[in-house]
Amino acid sequence: MRNLMAALAVLLAAALPAAAEEQVTTFTLDNGMEVVVIEDHRAPVVVHMVWYKAGSADEDPGVSGVAHFLEHLLFKGTETLAPGEFSATVARHGGRDNAFTSYDYTAYFQRIAADRLELMMKMESDRMVNLQLDEGDIATERDVIIEERNMRVENSASALFREQANAAQYLNHRYGVPIIGWMPEMHALGLEEALSFYETYYAPNNAVLVVAGDVQPEDVKALAQKYYGALPANPDLPARDRPQEPRQLAERRLVFEDARVGQPYVARSYLAPERDSGAQEEAAALTVLAEILGGGTTSVLAQALQFDTQTAVFTSARYGGKSLDDTTFDLIVAPAAGVTLQAAETAMDEALAGFIETGVDPAHLERVKMQLRADRIYARDNVNQLANRYGRALTQGLTVEDVQAWPDVVQAVTGEDVVDAARKVFDRRQAVTGWLKSPEVTQ
Amino acid sequence: MKRAFRLLAPVLAAALTLGTAPARAEVDLDVGIEEVTSPGGITAWLVEEHSIPFVALELRFRGGASLDAPDKRGATNLMTALLEEGTGALDAQGFARAAADIAAEFSYRAHDEDVSISARFLSETQDEAMELLRGSIVTPRFDEDAIERVRAQVLAILRSDNKDPDQIVRNEFAALVYGDHPYASPEDGTVETVEALTREDILAAHEDALVRDRVYVSAVGDITAEELGRLLDDLLGDLPEAEAPLPGRAELNLPGGVEVVEYETPQSAVIFGQPGIEREDPDFFAAYVLNHIVGGGGFNSVLMNEVREKRGLTYGIYSYLSDRDGAAVWLGSVASANERVAESIAVIRAQWARLREEGVTAEQLKDAKTYLTGAYPLRFDGNGPIADIAVAMQFDGMPLDYIATRNDRVEAVTLEDVNRVARELMDPGKLTFVVVGQPEGVETTVN
Repeated sequence: MRNLMAALAVLLAAALPAAAEEQVTTFTLDNGMEVVVIEDHRAPVVVHMVWYKAGSADEDPGVSGVAHFLEHLLFKGTETLAPGEFSATVARHGGRDNAFTSYDYTAYFQRIAADRLELMMKMESDRMVNLQLDEGDIATERDVIIEERNMRVENSASALFREQANAAQYLNHRYGVPIIGWMPEMHALGLEEALSFYETYYAPNNAVLVVAGDVQPEDVKALAQKYYGALPANPDLPARDRPQEPRQLAERRLVFEDARVGQPYVARSYLAPERDSGAQEEAAALTVLAEILGGGTTSVLAQALQFDTQTAVFTSARYGGKSLDDTTFDLIVAPAAGVTLQAAETAMDEALAGFIETGVDPAHLERVKMQLRADRIYARDNVNQLANRYGRALTQGLTVEDVQAWPDVVQAVTGEDVVDAARKVFDRRQAVTGWLKSPEVTQ
Repeated sequence: MKRAFRLLAPVLAAALTLGTAPARAEVDLDVGIEEVTSPGGITAWLVEEHSIPFVALELRFRGGASLDAPDKRGATNLMTALLEEGTGALDAQGFARAAADIAAEFSYRAHDEDVSISARFLSETQDEAMELLRGSIVTPRFDEDAIERVRAQVLAILRSDNKDPDQIVRNEFAALVYGDHPYASPEDGTVETVEALTREDILAAHEDALVRDRVYVSAVGDITAEELGRLLDDLLGDLPEAEAPLPGRAELNLPGGVEVVEYETPQSAVIFGQPGIEREDPDFFAAYVLNHIVGGGGFNSVLMNEVREKRGLTYGIYSYLSDRDGAAVWLGSVASANERVAESIAVIRAQWARLREEGVTAEQLKDAKTYLTGAYPLRFDGNGPIADIAVAMQFDGMPLDYIATRNDRVEAVTLEDVNRVARELMDPGKLTFVVVGQPEGVETTVN
């Protein structure tokens, strides 16, 4: 059985790369707007997305949440569209629209019949420069984002805990401030703050257009030139040099207690390097490391804490390589009933030390790589996911070439690379360790 | 067990969340579904799509967690979670390794109407993938150590759910509305019932739930009808026939009014509901369009407009027609800060009463129809989504030509239909709210 599988894996390794190519075309408009076209002709659908290289980490101090607030306000009117008319128009054409904000980007998208692409470009290019807001829009929508914070954060002990731990992780970078904003600053957000962010960052030379689906690149190019190409670049666009992390020299520890905790857990995050353009090797090793440590039943942490011993009910390892600046490598261990958080943390640290000592099981490494290869095939079934992959990369310091080189960089990772990356990243001086627990639970 | 521990999921993006839905009335929708019957008599719906070398396979077994006896609640859920924990010579990790070796992905989920099993595998590895899947479904090991490990995970999830306002409100609403029907209690069971489950209970749940005469199958991707037919008999042919009776209809208790469940948290979570409508009802499509206008239409629904856009009382408010076996309910949800939730409830009630009296406008109906008919074709945009839809259609008893005729049925709904259904179906007196939080100015009025 194992031999058959090994033979099969070799066969697939040879067969996959050619089969996994997605059809991608890229070009740049004269005003600096980058364009990515991904073809998928299986269904008469298109996803039209505009990504701005501006997220919550680009905000000025004191106005946390303004990037996300502005995202909401872009659904209000322009000089030619009444408030709400944008989404209503998309819906009248059978489409759906939405938007999302993260640390490094804000993105707007519509999913609609492919022959409606021109209308989407007309409206999206309009609101890139012609937004019209009044005080009434501001007050109501501010209440909406406050309720959004209530729902996502204030009502969840786990989310409050993550927010506190994340703030402790970053000594200087804006990644330590929540995307949705701190509540007192959200209450103070107004028209002036929103418009200032809009005027600074919303311009074609700070945006990436991603069109994916049943389209021809030359048609997309003609339409993009007509609508987005007509907009002037912003000559005053600030350079994206945000406050960086200084050396981190001391571990931070926190205990967060909340009566709404049903299952306590330990969370550890380490400051980690992100994927850099042209130099993705270390990030690739960390990506593989996360899979080997936390990727399901056969992972190192599951083996040590859930199989060999019954220390934990859940373990996970996660690395977010796509990030403009320093990112984190995160571990979570939820102790089994009767196991203290201290015992869970100790067992986790012993498992990490044991892993660095023993090294990577070559068969495990091969399985992880096999899955990453197969993911390339599965990903072609979801054109939205592909569109997101390029949008995120291009707003987080990577190029189309980096995205396309990534699978090969990952396949080239050796067991030694993984252990080296682990040794380097698991530096407690750069770590935050948090315990989430209920006050009545005596550990 | 790959089950995600939901509290641990990192939230990075702060999107305006809306349900996905996909655009165009005039598209002549031909997904190309064919019905395949195996030599052994098992039927499946197939879409051949050879452009990407993989297959999405969906299985749904009717019954699911509602086959649990009241004191064994959670048995089907625990059994389903254990299917990937070993079969034949493979223990839990051996099974996971074997699947990873060929990059096959299996997922097993128990719901209150069904057990659903999804598989995704590269077409070259079809035989190996099906051998693993068959083992997990037909001859799972249910090892004692796996039972204890997975039971501990389920208990951890239940303990978290018991402190989560969104989950508490779902449980409390179900307990109020569904009487002694299984839908009245959580499908995952309670801490007490799950702690008491034995290996014999798991074996019994397996025999009751995974039966060959209650299974629906769809496959989409790089596979032919002949291959699928052969595969079906191997995969499912050795399963037993059903013996456990399906639960009957639920006696719905929707008395109108409000039930407050005190819980210390800043934002109140609310579920509301009133009697719904069966999918087989001749007025179903009129009700479906009506719901879209009332609360199903994303940014543009009446409730979203009144509660969020005009008043900023919530981040999101939605309604939908729930038509689970034996229980048709019109449901909705909203969440507002404790000091503002009374106003949200008042606005919802006022709109419910107004829509019943005044109905919707011709403009609203026109916009709803263009959206619904236009969005429908956009759902069929990948092997995975098409397989999901094809298995759900069989489960709901829809004919093969449903996809081709569905938009005509939406188009056939007239303003008179919608507004008659609004008058007959919308019942402010039965609209029942369950509120979890510390709502100001809201009192319990139901018994």
